[in-house]
Amino acid sequence: MISRYQRRKLVNLFNLGVAVLATIFGVFWLIWILWTTLRYGASSVNWALFTQDTPAPGSSGGGLRNAFVGSLILLGMAVAIGAPVGVLAGTWLAEFAARRKLGAMVRFLNDILLSAPSIVIGLFAYAIIVDPSGHFSAYSGGVALALILIPVVVRTTDEMLRLVPGSLREAAIALGTPYWKLVTRITWRASASGILTGVLLGIARISGETAPLLFTALNNQFWSTSLDHPIANLPMVIFQFAMSPYTNWQQLAWAGAFVAVAFILLLSLVARLIVRRGRGA
Amino acid sequence: MKASEAARDAQPIAATADKNSAGPRARISADFLFRNLSAAVAMLVAISLLGILIALWREGWEALHHFGWRFLVSTSWNPVSEHFGALVFIVGTLISSAIALVIAVPVSFGIALFISEMAPRWLRNPVSAAIELLAAIPSIIYGMWGLLVFAPWFSNFEPWINDHLGALPGIGLLFQGPPMGIGMLSAGIVLGIMIIPFIAAIMRDVFLITPAPLKESAYAMGATKWEVARKVILPYTRTAVTGGIFLGLGRALGETMAVTFIIGNANNLSASLLMPGSSIASVIANEFTEATTHLYKSALLALGLILFVITFIVLVLAKLLLLRLDRMEGRKA
Repeated sequence: MISRYQRRKLVNLFNLGVAVLATIFGVFWLIWILWTTLRYGASSVNWALFTQDTPAPGSSGGGLRNAFVGSLILLGMAVAIGAPVGVLAGTWLAEFAARRKLGAMVRFLNDILLSAPSIVIGLFAYAIIVDPSGHFSAYSGGVALALILIPVVVRTTDEMLRLVPGSLREAAIALGTPYWKLVTRITWRASASGILTGVLLGIARISGETAPLLFTALNNQFWSTSLDHPIANLPMVIFQFAMSPYTNWQQLAWAGAFVAVAFILLLSLVARLIVRRGRGA
Repeated sequence: MKASEAARDAQPIAATADKNSAGPRARISADFLFRNLSAAVAMLVAISLLGILIALWREGWEALHHFGWRFLVSTSWNPVSEHFGALVFIVGTLISSAIALVIAVPVSFGIALFISEMAPRWLRNPVSAAIELLAAIPSIIYGMWGLLVFAPWFSNFEPWINDHLGALPGIGLLFQGPPMGIGMLSAGIVLGIMIIPFIAAIMRDVFLITPAPLKESAYAMGATKWEVARKVILPYTRTAVTGGIFLGLGRALGETMAVTFIIGNANNLSASLLMPGSSIASVIANEFTEATTHLYKSALLALGLILFVITFIVLVLAKLLLLRLDRMEGRKA
């Protein structure tokens, strides 16, 4: 018979052991997924991947040039729309509504939007742009991605601006600085790296989004840079190619997945470094 | 960019105003412009949720009106005879998310406990970063990996699940089926992995802000680490932990691409978790571009509306529970 004390120690040891196993369990999937994309994807990365367009079904060769360019166009549109809107809305929250009920409510709704399913955002973009205009288009995809980017930027801008010490604002106001100048010249500047981090994280978030593009930008097997037509993009091409029975297509899907993951990890890393440097300074 | 443009536009006004010594009024107008522009944009962001609701309602109205309440309770989904019911997908969404929670909640608790209470300082940040990276990987990668790597691997275990869990009385029915790898259970497992970072991050944050004196007094009474975690930290952070779980649930409910790859896309209900199924998100993703008739498309948009309403409720609950976390952080600061 073991004593009560020994039993408590055993229970403790067992449960802490389980906690360690849980951590290993979590990290294990990360390593497995990264290793898979590296193993299947890196070997397929070659020059043709960036210089040739997506091949026809069943044919060999080809690349993902149109998908890369399409994705960059979509990202560019999303940032062009989403970053200014997000920064402005975040500025309002931090600078003009910090202690107001309305501000708290907007912050609350923004957080909901942040976690809203991306497929619903896609359906929304379909309902307000694709359906009225009668055809799928690159710009509707850009709008859908912008809607996902905005809450990320709003939140980080809000948080970063609120970290700016109040004494800085008071000093500026004491000098007679108008409020808009205070925000644009002082608080924005003080939190520039933080706001940039928010935009980078937002880009990382949307660059792999597929669901909102299903009903908006769709996909395009050919080279197209027209904003008024369906446009090829990396996530949709990966979706289509990975589901296909053709080995060449699957190979390209892995290569695309590898590039996408590398791009996103790089962005996250840069964002982390910016935050760390900002904290150190 | 818009903001800086506005600022640039506003600047000359103030500058010339200064020269004409009509300062205050012009300054007020630049301020007025900036303040109201940013307020308008913020309102736009807040109202967009309402916009989503209205847009989906309008587009899904045809199907909702046509089928009425039966849309929610009918299990038939037949595009040929144009008979649409959402129940199969609602149930599929709930089951796959439930499986995800069963996996993610205990694992996240373990991870949070490890990071906040057990890990040596040098290990804390790398482990935290690794778990956060799980959230950065796009869902399409999870889906592709799930279909081409995880499912074939997992199908090796399914005969064992059949033999052992499937033989149990009662719940055995849940675990009988062909070893295909894809299906409700696989989708739930991959969903679980995907939401671990969200739940673990919140648990870690609240565990870390549990006041040290509280923990120290328990240790002083001779409590073990586990007892402190279970009987001091967890009760203290219960509300926020529940909020974190709801947040993870909200993610799982609306997750699309990974589920679409792995769930098997069968438009019928089956008792076994090893059989293919469908979720709301997966059926929309699969069938939207094939939906040629108005009613079909409207039915899919109505499904989107249902998904939005469910996730909205879950997320509101999550945020309300998490508001306490903000207050605790506020007290600490």
